[in-house]
Amino acid sequence: MLQMIRERWRQGFRTGKFPKEEPILPPRFRGLPKFTGECPPDCNRDCETLCPFSACKSMAGRLTLDLGRCLFCADCPACPHGRIIFGSDYRLAVRKREDLLYNGGEYPLAQPLEPARLKLFGRSLKLRQVSAGGCNGCEADCNVLGTLVFDLGRFGIQFVASPRHADGLLLTGPVTENMRSAVLDTYEAMPAPKIVVATGACAINGGPFLHSSEVSPGLDPLLPVDLYIPGCPPHPYTILDGLLRLLGRR
Amino acid sequence: MNALNPQLLKNGEAIGLELVPTFDFADFGDCLLAEIRKQGRIAACFAVPVIEKSRELELFALIARDRNASVAVYRTHIGERFPSLTPNCPQMHLFEREIAEQYGVVPYRHPWLKPLRFHNAWRSGGDAWGRPADQHPRVGEMDFYRVDGEGVHEVAVGPVHAGVIEPGHFRFQCYGEKVMHLEISLGYQHRNIERMLLNGPHPATMPQVETIAGDTSIGHGLAYCQVIEALSGCEVPDKAQSIRALALELERLANHVGDIGALAGDVGFLPTFSYCGRLRGDYLNLTAALCGSRFGRGLVRPGGVLFDLDSALAGEILAKLKAVQGNTMGAIELFFEAPSVLSRFEGRGRLSRSVAEDLGLVGVAAKACAVPRDSRFFHPTGVYRHIFDDLITEETGDAMARTRVRSREIPVSIELIRRIGNNLPDGPIRAPVGPLKANAMAIAMVEGWRGEVVHVGLTDGNSRLRRYKIVDPSFHNWMGLTMAMRDEQISDFPLCNKSFNLSYCGVDL
Repeated sequence: MLQMIRERWRQGFRTGKFPKEEPILPPRFRGLPKFTGECPPDCNRDCETLCPFSACKSMAGRLTLDLGRCLFCADCPACPHGRIIFGSDYRLAVRKREDLLYNGGEYPLAQPLEPARLKLFGRSLKLRQVSAGGCNGCEADCNVLGTLVFDLGRFGIQFVASPRHADGLLLTGPVTENMRSAVLDTYEAMPAPKIVVATGACAINGGPFLHSSEVSPGLDPLLPVDLYIPGCPPHPYTILDGLLRLLGRR
Repeated sequence: MNALNPQLLKNGEAIGLELVPTFDFADFGDCLLAEIRKQGRIAACFAVPVIEKSRELELFALIARDRNASVAVYRTHIGERFPSLTPNCPQMHLFEREIAEQYGVVPYRHPWLKPLRFHNAWRSGGDAWGRPADQHPRVGEMDFYRVDGEGVHEVAVGPVHAGVIEPGHFRFQCYGEKVMHLEISLGYQHRNIERMLLNGPHPATMPQVETIAGDTSIGHGLAYCQVIEALSGCEVPDKAQSIRALALELERLANHVGDIGALAGDVGFLPTFSYCGRLRGDYLNLTAALCGSRFGRGLVRPGGVLFDLDSALAGEILAKLKAVQGNTMGAIELFFEAPSVLSRFEGRGRLSRSVAEDLGLVGVAAKACAVPRDSRFFHPTGVYRHIFDDLITEETGDAMARTRVRSREIPVSIELIRRIGNNLPDGPIRAPVGPLKANAMAIAMVEGWRGEVVHVGLTDGNSRLRRYKIVDPSFHNWMGLTMAMRDEQISDFPLCNKSFNLSYCGVDL
């Protein structure tokens, strides 16, 4: 018993000050991209073919990155002119799929739920997490939110064991053919009104497995999505920030 | 008998396929059984269509001979049906089910021939179970082993589980609370990775390999890179080798510490659960300091690594590691000194040494049964050639032993990181990778945190990948969990399951 108390003392208080204080992320962290300079006039738009996941294209003459497809690769091959660099901003969650098409400037961060659902879920949100082809990266970063560093419970958010107890579905993975019916059944089993959160590049648009015949290109063709959290996998703070924004807490 | 000598191969080496003799099937089977009797084990076994003739398959088996640091390559031909080797060699069990499902061939007299991942055959003209080719097989639809009788009942769990974990289906045959048999049916995570790698390397290959099992991004990424480097004859610079090993050990630390925390959580011992959950993140953050990603995404690339480690950053990482080490050891000590914890773990989910050897278990699960398995020790590459000699085993084969292996590997990994970080060589971190050799084969074995990750690459005449085989350690070890559950209480399943902590997506691919 004494040893336990001594150890408790030594481990100290570790819960982060988020959201009052911004988290400190490592200098090499790859967050919201920045676009340097301008596309050269003689550019032959290689970006549209160089990204293997078609995340990059030129739209209305502007280099545009689809953060729903982007894996934030360290060796991003998309722009041969080096216009794409990844910044340090971890806040990436949005409400609409088209908001993920980013070409610089202000990023349309997620707005809160509409008043009816916000009133219900704003102070207590129970989520059922389902992995449908996830690689255990996104799953691990969701799990970690329950640890004392993030302490998800202090925001009234909790992962629950049954869809019957859940207000929302937090899905990871591209939705494999073999998980499709389980995902739909889980959604059906949740009482309405409910929300759906697509977490990670796979859940948003198929991620690295976009072109596989055994997976769906993400959740969009299957269910109405309320929140998109990009990243491969998203940083835990990216997920937490997204959930809090959805609940109007940031 | 001289004609039956197999071609030998070292970890991280490539050979021309013309050097690999083709045996007839009877000799192939005999040789395999002889190798197993001499403590060889099947590192990988897979089929590939013979290039010209489409219906005929070549079957390759790569037998790890741990004692002389080599891999024996056996090769034979099979047609639509071939006699199963599983009855005499349980290690072949899942490999034969996999081959049957991928190519629609039947290993007859297989005692347990059921689908593995529930996908259509990779080629037209037949399914091993006669499932229609024009529709996707229904996942989980197979003949589960069933026990009937008074007082016997069946419990089905999954694919969606109660926690934040991957999907899989577990079918228990119980007599009261006691489990007579557990059958595990996976495939829910199947993303078709092996087929997506065909004709590669493709630009999308590296991110796909890093997410075979996303908690082993470094392990799988490294195995892939070693295959490509072997096939292209690329010499990886010393500094890159050091950074790779450092990242691999950080991955091991994060997962071992996390596992011990989760195991404590499973028996309601909250101090270790809370501390280790937090400490796991500290190790992940060290990986992020190195490459920006907590899971090491983007660090390892063919030819070397993408992120340099200068002495300033190395010093910073080592200093943080030292701070975290004290807290880790303290948190784990509490666990092993609490009688209530010990009484829950000791004797649970026991596996005998002989079962572990028969099933070909690897990694933590094997080491806990006193079976020495560690490719850093037996098949070292890179810096492991010089610095690794601390192979840890435990005797009891139970959940306690599996936890102890993890806890004892933690200081070993920390010491390895310290030695690597203090002796970083100078020089480049990446070498150019040329074209792959045509008609060649290479193997890479990397000791990931769960155990040995094996990748095998085969090229065709145009230097493209004709077949790419991935064997996650979980592929061998799920059967170990099945056997460990026999005669256990069903209420102890979470504990036993967590003590193995196997990957679903690593098996489902």
